Amino acid sequence: MADNTNSNEKQLYYRKKHKEEMKHHILTFAMMIAFTLIAFGLVIAEVSALFTIPIILVLAAVQVLFQLYYFMHMNQEGHEMPALMIYSGIFAALLTVLALATIVWW
Amino acid sequence: MSATARKAGFGAALWDYLTTVDHKKIGILYLVAGIFFFILGGLEAMLIRIQLISPNNEFISAQFYNEVLTMHGTTMIFLAAMPLIFALMNAVVPLQIGARDVAFPFVNSLGFWLFFFGGVMLNVSWFVTGAPDAGWTAYAPLSIFSEGHGVDFYAIGLQISGFGTLMGGINFIVTVVNMRAPGMTYMRMPLFTWTAFIASVLILFAFPALTVGLFMLTFDRLFGANFFDPAMGGNAIIWEHLFWIFGHPEVYILILPAFGVFSEVIPTFAKKRLFGYSSMVFATVLIAFLGFMVWAHHMFTVGLGPIANSIFAVATMAIAVPTGIKIFNWLFTLWGGSIRLTSPMVFALGFIPTFTIGGMTGVMLASAAADFQYHDSYFVVAHFHYVIVGGVVLGLFAGIIYWWPKMFGTMLNEKLNHWFFWLFFIGFHLTFFIQHFLGLMGMPRRYWKFLPDQGLDLFNLISTIGAFFMAVGTIVFLYNVIITQVKGVKVSGDPWDARTLEWAIPSPPPFYNFKQEPLVRGLDPLWIEKTEGNGKIQPATPLGDIHMPNNSFVPFMMSLGLFIAGFGVMFQGTYWVLAVIGFGITAGSMLYRSFKDDLGYHVHKEDLEDEKGDGSNG
Repeated sequence: MADNTNSNEKQLYYRKKHKEEMKHHILTFAMMIAFTLIAFGLVIAEVSALFTIPIILVLAAVQVLFQLYYFMHMNQEGHEMPALMIYSGIFAALLTVLALATIVWW
Repeated sequence: MSATARKAGFGAALWDYLTTVDHKKIGILYLVAGIFFFILGGLEAMLIRIQLISPNNEFISAQFYNEVLTMHGTTMIFLAAMPLIFALMNAVVPLQIGARDVAFPFVNSLGFWLFFFGGVMLNVSWFVTGAPDAGWTAYAPLSIFSEGHGVDFYAIGLQISGFGTLMGGINFIVTVVNMRAPGMTYMRMPLFTWTAFIASVLILFAFPALTVGLFMLTFDRLFGANFFDPAMGGNAIIWEHLFWIFGHPEVYILILPAFGVFSEVIPTFAKKRLFGYSSMVFATVLIAFLGFMVWAHHMFTVGLGPIANSIFAVATMAIAVPTGIKIFNWLFTLWGGSIRLTSPMVFALGFIPTFTIGGMTGVMLASAAADFQYHDSYFVVAHFHYVIVGGVVLGLFAGIIYWWPKMFGTMLNEKLNHWFFWLFFIGFHLTFFIQHFLGLMGMPRRYWKFLPDQGLDLFNLISTIGAFFMAVGTIVFLYNVIITQVKGVKVSGDPWDARTLEWAIPSPPPFYNFKQEPLVRGLDPLWIEKTEGNGKIQPATPLGDIHMPNNSFVPFMMSLGLFIAGFGVMFQGTYWVLAVIGFGITAGSMLYRSFKDDLGYHVHKEDLEDEKGDGSNG
């Protein structure tokens, strides 16, 4: 039927899109496992703490971003407001920690 | 009988308010509770002023003075100003954006009852071992070593009401982001909605600092923690930081919605659109942004060092810029307008110079070096009363009078409103203008007594006389409220000839607000329809079934549970049983809520067609 062609096209488009998303999911999932292994590996191998701690923190931050953007769909449209709120919250929290670190604890 | 009109007896009406999830009724609950606590805080203020009417006065004891002073500040900020802000937000924001309710009606009700029980908890302290006595800021280590249970009541009471406020803030963020009517873009939102939105964002980011601080205080006092005890390796300054990281955004949470009220009142009664709408929005956001990096200006004398003091001083002075933008925009809105001196407008006109004075003393206090002279003197007391009373309270009363017809369908007596304004306004300046000079002459704040013949006697007497004027003004307002509601003369949906969406529906609005979703064609949508259309808002959707939430008693029970548990945690020993019962009630209510599928109900299209009128101007 005539209108079925249209929905077939749509279906094909979505199938392609979902396939791509699946690829991203698996890729980020694999990377997150790798990151975790690296983090544990660094500790087990007793690499200097001065090196290990920043690396683990960076890996953690990247994993959080993977989680938010790929698994919680912040990379899709319509998530501008949540993103704005999250970043404003991070900004307020960072400001607090930075100020306390410099004026109270330093 | 139609599906939407019901008459009920007193018991049924009470039950209706205890279980309501309707934003308009929750607004009324906030209003009633807020005015009750405002009167309570006002009585405490009168006790303070009577004590200070003459030197060496023995009207109240030193300990009681400390308690009254602490509770005056705490009550006015947390239990009077905050709920009155939420009263206006609940009553107005959903109507201004063309929504049928807030995003989470159940959470809205929960927010109110948490606030209410927190407030009751704080005031129960009067009857149990005495009220909190460490000042509204509860600085450690004084608050740690304060005897009795006063400060415990402060920590736990504010914790409970703080949960409610946080929920309310989140609710309004989601409402404004998701529930705007077709055509209501962000840059078409009325300024009150904008400021309510930004204030909610501030609540979301600022209240967690208070929550953390109060938990630490609770654990220090009740469970042997030592966060703030230097002798045990704690740090008393951390409390001050946490308190003001919350506390400074808090003053913007209060003042921004008041700015929003004036930004509605002034265009309506100057019959002009708001001058510089987009710069007003920009200034609001900028104030919120800067509001998070100025908290240490409350702590200049703590000894943070010259670099930290300078940074915070500059950031603080920077806030004067967006605030100045707002003041000039209001003045330019008035410029060339056809001004009607209704009572909300008179409040707005009184606000502009008063708040500007408060802003000027604010810049004086912001210069760190000079602040060492002003710190903890009556100069500071005068400053923050100029911004809180001259800004927030005048704004709240302007808003309450302006939206009274929308909330109750009646009109407060204009003559009495003017009497209220002049008594309150003159009394305010008598009370607080002179306190600037008391402060400069060296009178410290929070002191129970002052000595005779130090040049302080006359000014303190004048200040107390001013306080009585304010009290009489407030009594006139309450009298006005009572006679207006007793007479109950109904008014139309748009008694002020106003500009925004809430005035397009009857007063008070039907419980579903808008029969059909309104179509918004620009800023000041009703005014656009009045000047370019037929004076009625056009619907954006055809008439259909309306989905409504069911009433629920669960929020009341959840809050009651925390209220009971608070006493158990505080008194411990055998009282732990109270904590078990209280937390049991709360957890049980939450479980009940989780397992019960409450999908609400529908108002059917056929019943809506039976309703009189078309849902537009009554």
